[in-house]
Amino acid sequence: MAKYLMLKHYRGAPAAVNNIPMDRWTPDEISAHVRYMQDFAARLEETGEFVDSQALAPEGMFVQYDGEGRPPVTDGPFAETKDLIAGWMVIDVDSQERAIELAGELSAAPGAGGKPIHEWLELRPFLTAPPTVTE
Amino acid sequence: MGDGEVSDGEVGDVEASDREGSDADVGDPDVDDAYARGPDADGPDVRGPEAGGPDVRGLDVDGPEAGARAGSDPVAGDPDVDEVLLRRLTPDVLGILVRRGAHFAAAEDAVQDALVEAVRVWPADPPRDPKGWLVTVAWRRFLDAARADTARRRREGVVGEEPVPGPAPAVDDTLQLYFLCAHPALTPSSAVALTLRAVGGLTTRRIAEAYLVPEATMAQRISRAKRTVSGVRLDRPGDVATVLRVLYLVFNEGYSGDVDLAAEAIRLTRRLAAVIDHPEVAGLLALMLLHHARRAARTAPDGALVPLAEQDRGLWDTGAIAEGIGILGAALAHDRLGEFQAQAAVAALHADAPSAEETDWTQIVEWYDELVRLTDSPVVRLNRAVAVGEAEGPRAGLTALAALDDSLPRHTAVAAYLHERDGEPATAARLYAEAARKASNLAERDHLTRQAARLNARPGSR
Repeated sequence: MAKYLMLKHYRGAPAAVNNIPMDRWTPDEISAHVRYMQDFAARLEETGEFVDSQALAPEGMFVQYDGEGRPPVTDGPFAETKDLIAGWMVIDVDSQERAIELAGELSAAPGAGGKPIHEWLELRPFLTAPPTVTE
Repeated sequence: MGDGEVSDGEVGDVEASDREGSDADVGDPDVDDAYARGPDADGPDVRGPEAGGPDVRGLDVDGPEAGARAGSDPVAGDPDVDEVLLRRLTPDVLGILVRRGAHFAAAEDAVQDALVEAVRVWPADPPRDPKGWLVTVAWRRFLDAARADTARRRREGVVGEEPVPGPAPAVDDTLQLYFLCAHPALTPSSAVALTLRAVGGLTTRRIAEAYLVPEATMAQRISRAKRTVSGVRLDRPGDVATVLRVLYLVFNEGYSGDVDLAAEAIRLTRRLAAVIDHPEVAGLLALMLLHHARRAARTAPDGALVPLAEQDRGLWDTGAIAEGIGILGAALAHDRLGEFQAQAAVAALHADAPSAEETDWTQIVEWYDELVRLTDSPVVRLNRAVAVGEAEGPRAGLTALAALDDSLPRHTAVAAYLHERDGEPATAARLYAEAARKASNLAERDHLTRQAARLNARPGSR
């Protein structure tokens, strides 16, 4: 089994095909989208491939150590930051092929007009613990 | 957990509150109650209304440092043992050991051992006096552990003081345990965890599940909390307000994972109300019951939030409402008003309205005036602005809102609601979308986005 992170971006990913912002969808289209996401996660739980899913607020900040005895420096949020992560799902699957298949399904979530968003999701393998058998 | 701002979100549509218990649980006009005591709290309960009952599926027998025994839950599923009774007796037994001079941390371990023993022995040989049995066994375990401890000299010093059957204690043991677990030296998150463990009888594993943290993390949190209070003597009453705050935080956290924290908070508050006659304890219990009563109506089958005004009132639990109103009435008769009673009064006015249109908003505003006087909380003022908008019209609500800091959580959502009521759908849509971006939880974000979408979808708006 291998763990993969499916990253969803507010900004920074290539533009989706069906790129209309959610507040311009109809309420029913929003409901359909939410249902799709819930069903997707529920299905992965049933297959034993679901690990975690979290959403992030769009606004955060950068924090930096500023030397002994000084409080940390904070900066941001930066409106122009190129890359802004919206959330993630972690899956534990048998192969990279399976991970790609699932990311593809998630990217097909319906958006405006009930049509797939074709959102670009970033798929990143976790680094693992070293194997016991090495030779 | 942060400092949970106590406010009733009744008014608005969305009583949001975030997991941290920050003061976001205000009423926002659009989702009201859907959020009522917080999204996790009474929030979207997609598993159905059965979640309201006390959670008795598992007894806390994991042992205090539960990490060691994770995975065993000897009580759960054993039909021969009265789990409800065991969990109910847990704080009594613990309180008695501590009163006898046992250090709290050691006593807590011993009680857990006794519970495990009870599960093993009771089915074949049920005791006539379950509490006496537990005290005897727990005390023996405590003495054994103390003797075996490498720091035996110190322990024996303690043991030497007891057991001495003395006069009846002046203050109820269980009550003292509530005070200890909500001790001001504890952080809110520690106090919550310790209360659920030592008073509520939940396992560390299940508390960890409820708060979505690893079990080892919760075990550490509880261990540290126990160390923090281990030197506290239980010879004086504590501050009821700190206990209420902890119980309120548990209730507000509500429902996540397999543990129904809202129901657990009600159980613990009910227990507290039985051992102390205090109008704010009664007020908090009433508040919880009145909010819990609406739980089944707060979410649509698909998990979406249902604003108070749109809820199917036929789904409200009339038994819980009647009980809450009765308890509140008795509390108010003491004529010692506090914030929980005032919040419960607002909830009672909502519960009492046959329809959203028949809500007595004028009286609700008056209760918010009381709350402002009692707490001077900006969150309460925000809720009040919503109520004013209903009682006197959206313009008056917007005027009240204008006096508040617009960085307040849910301020934008309230503004959106009032602007829509005031006939400015385009402004409202923009504000709803902005409020969605600021939302602190997904259910609220989805709800606010839907509101924006609804207004954007109206004819001629595109």
